[in-house]
Formats: sequence, C-alpha cells, structure tokens
Amino acid sequence: MSLKVVIPAPLRKHTAGAEIVEVDAATVQEVIDKLEVRFPGIRASVCDDSGSLRRFINIYVDGEDVRFLENLKTETRDGVEVAIVPAISGGV
Amino acid sequence: MSFVKGLRCRECGREYPAELQAGCEHCFAPLEVDYHYDAIANVLTRDSFANRPHTIFRYRELLPIESDPVVGMATGGTPLVRADRLGRELGLDRLYLKNDSVSFPTLSFKDRVTAMAVNKAAEFNLEAVGCASTGNLANSVAANAAAAGLPAFILIPDNLEQNKIVATSIYGATLIKVRGNYDDVNRLCSQIADRHPWGFVNVNLRPYYAEGSKTFGYEIAEQLGWLAPDSIIVPMAGGALISKIYKGLGELERIGLIGGPVTTRLYGAQAAGCNPIVDAVKRGSIDIRPVKPNTIAKSLAIGNPADGYYAAGFILKTGGTAEDVTDQQIRDGIQLLAETEGIFTETAGGVAVGVAKKLVEQGKIDRRGITVIAITGNGLKTPEAVNLPNPEVIDAKIDAFEELVKGAAYVA
Repeated sequence: MSLKVVIPAPLRKHTAGAEIVEVDAATVQEVIDKLEVRFPGIRASVCDDSGSLRRFINIYVDGEDVRFLENLKTETRDGVEVAIVPAISGGV
Repeated sequence: MSFVKGLRCRECGREYPAELQAGCEHCFAPLEVDYHYDAIANVLTRDSFANRPHTIFRYRELLPIESDPVVGMATGGTPLVRADRLGRELGLDRLYLKNDSVSFPTLSFKDRVTAMAVNKAAEFNLEAVGCASTGNLANSVAANAAAAGLPAFILIPDNLEQNKIVATSIYGATLIKVRGNYDDVNRLCSQIADRHPWGFVNVNLRPYYAEGSKTFGYEIAEQLGWLAPDSIIVPMAGGALISKIYKGLGELERIGLIGGPVTTRLYGAQAAGCNPIVDAVKRGSIDIRPVKPNTIAKSLAIGNPADGYYAAGFILKTGGTAEDVTDQQIRDGIQLLAETEGIFTETAGGVAVGVAKKLVEQGKIDRRGITVIAITGNGLKTPEAVNLPNPEVIDAKIDAFEELVKGAAYVA
C-alpha cells in the first residue's frame, strides 16, 4: 500500500526539501506515524501535545478535509493523495 | 519608516521580523503585526488628524507600511450614516451604518486590505500578486494590482455572481474559476503559493493585508467623536474583519485617542447556510467545526474560517453574541436597508441587517446604546440575490400613466 503525501513548504525542512513523500499507511494517523519515523520532528509541527491535529493545519485526503471524514482515523486507500496544508485566511 | 516592531505568532508568541511570511513556523498560527505603541502614543494625538485627508493613511502610524504608498491613497473615509428610519424599524434607538458599499475603488471594505497587501507587494519587490476570493477580494486585488502595475492571478469558486467576475476581469487580471467552494479554492491557492514566488494576499501577505481592516474600526470611533460604540454588528466569513475592528478599538484606547476601557460588544453575523463561527459562539466555544456552505451570501461562504477561533473568542470576551439568518431573511435585510436608508448592499449587508433584527427580537442587544452595523459591500455586485418584479411598461401617453398609478398614494 503506497500513497503520496504532499508536504507544504514550511514542513519541507523536515523532508530534506521533498514536496512529495510516499508512505504505506491505512489511516491518516498512520501516515503521520510513518512520517515521524522517517522525518523525526515532523509530528510536532502537525499535531499538538495531545496528538490532535493542530488548529491551523488542515489535512486533505483526495481533496476532502479530514474533519468532514473521520479526522485522524480517516482511511487512506492505496494511491490516494494526502495533502498537508496550513490554514490560510480569506473572506470578511 | 513605520512603527512596526515585527510579527508575532497569535498562538505561541514567537516573534519574527516584518518580512514576507504566511504563518508561524512552529505552530502555523497566523502572525499579527506588533507595533511600538508607546512611540505611537508620543506622536499621535487627536490634533494630529486636523489636516490629514480622510483616507486609510490618516492612521498611518498604526499601519505596517514602510514606504510612501503606491495605491490606496483615496481609499477609506466612507460615511458613518445615522440611520433613524432603519433604527425605528429594527427597534434600535441610536443606530449608525458604516457604509463601505461606497468604498473606493471597488465598492467593498476589501479595498482597505488590498491597499495594504499591494503596497507591501511593491515594497517587497514581488513580481505579481494573487489571491483566493469569494468575489470582493478578487475585485479589489485586481483593481489595486492594475493601479500598481502588477500582474494579478485570482482564483474564485466556479459559482460566483456574474458581476463579481466582470468586475475582476476588466482590470486585466488572470482570473481562474476553480470547481468547488471557497475552501477548495483556498487550499489550491496555498499550494500555488508554495511553488510560485508571488505575493498572495491571503497567504504570505496575510499579516499585513489584514491590518487594513483596522481602519474600519478607527473610522467608526473617530466619526462618533472618538468614541467606541456600545454594539457593533459585523458580517463574518473568515472572521478577520470583526477581529481587526476589535484590535483597532483596543489600539485607540491604548494610545489614548479614545477613553477606556472599551466596552464595545461584538455581534457576529453569518448566513444560516454557512455558520461555523455562529455555531461555536452559541456553544460558548472557540472550537470551529467546518461546514459545507450553501447560501446566497456567497461573499460569506467560507466553511472553514481561518480567523474563526479569534472571532468567536473576541465575541464571547466582549459579552456579545452571534446569530445567523436564512436566505429569505438576507433578501429581506437587503430590501429593508434599501427602502429605509437608500443604501443598496450586497448579501453580506443583508446578513448584518437581518441579524440586527433577530438580536433585537431576542433581546440580546442594548436597544438604547449606540449600535453600528457594518455594511461591507455594494448591492450592484450581487443583483441575482434579490428577486424584484419587472417594472410595468406603458405607452408614452398620460392616460396610460394615470391608469397605472390610479389608487396609489400621491400628494395633492
């Protein structure tokens, strides 16, 4: 099982500059766990001390915000794209 | 030269120099511009304003602009209108409207923020500017980029009102419709900003751009005679405007331009079809649960509001509250404002007026205090939102006219 993770520019200091990282994982939680094994320190940028997703980090599985799915328990099929995207502003 | 001290993370407090940066490197929270307030207080007094033009740069010491501005020199200074007829309809004794539906150059309050963003883009020598937008920001970025001679790349959801599209394309901007809602557009915009070295108004220029909204609050206070209103009702999409109005009033108090403590209650307004901030406030929480927008108030249709936490927090802290209104109540609000005050606002203004009505009915707002409703955009941009009957057609004959108006009230 292999899927692509899109790493945003501010996190690429952990991935030696790589924008796309391939991992094997069945859930978003597992994606983060696997990333942490390969790139120690990246978890603390994505999750807070309790392990929840940071307030200003969004994770999308094939374009859908995981908060509309099962959050970190969201399943990640083979071949999906998991994008980590910092929240940005807009609107009134 | 400005009085900017630097950028500070709104969550963890880490400090950064005033450069091009989207968010905190540690926790990704938004950055806030911090100023040398004591130094500002030393140079800025009420007398300072006697000979300054009524534009956003009237408050230059409180804005993050280093060089002489290249755009926005005619922006700001919109009317604060005493609204007795609307006030009687709503049951508010001392009602004012801050009317940014006549903002220069693109008829929404966004002109205040894009003036900041485009001037900073010029200061940073950026090649181009871009944004994700629900329409008003698109119009304003396109216009101010054109005025500054910068190319603009603008991404919008594919369901926006026609006039907002025309009023962006006309300035020569590269306008791209993205299939999906604003939150989809915003995600894409963030990923584009990762790859292209442009100034994205709501990404890497965000700390500066948002500061422009403070002038909305400064003007209200100055126009009231250096006084903060008792209540202010503000439409919310991302939640930045209401947060920055609150910051602005606090700054005026801090530097001694208005007496403290500021006791203004903030009231947030959203459409029922996109109400994540209202929902949090009603739970007494700042925990925002994103939604999928479905409302005619497209300028407010942000289901995942980046400043929602702050907006909800400030509303709760000031003892205000938040409400939402249905699409029909939004149309009724637009109509009521037009018929009582002669101001044609877009859907966001209809949301604010509709929410004002609801707050009075629920007894949640002080009817005798000074209330300001923020009218943030112009109705000519969203004519689709109102369903009006076509006018009668008659022959050019006096009898035809008399026949048509017979029975109508007239002055003898």
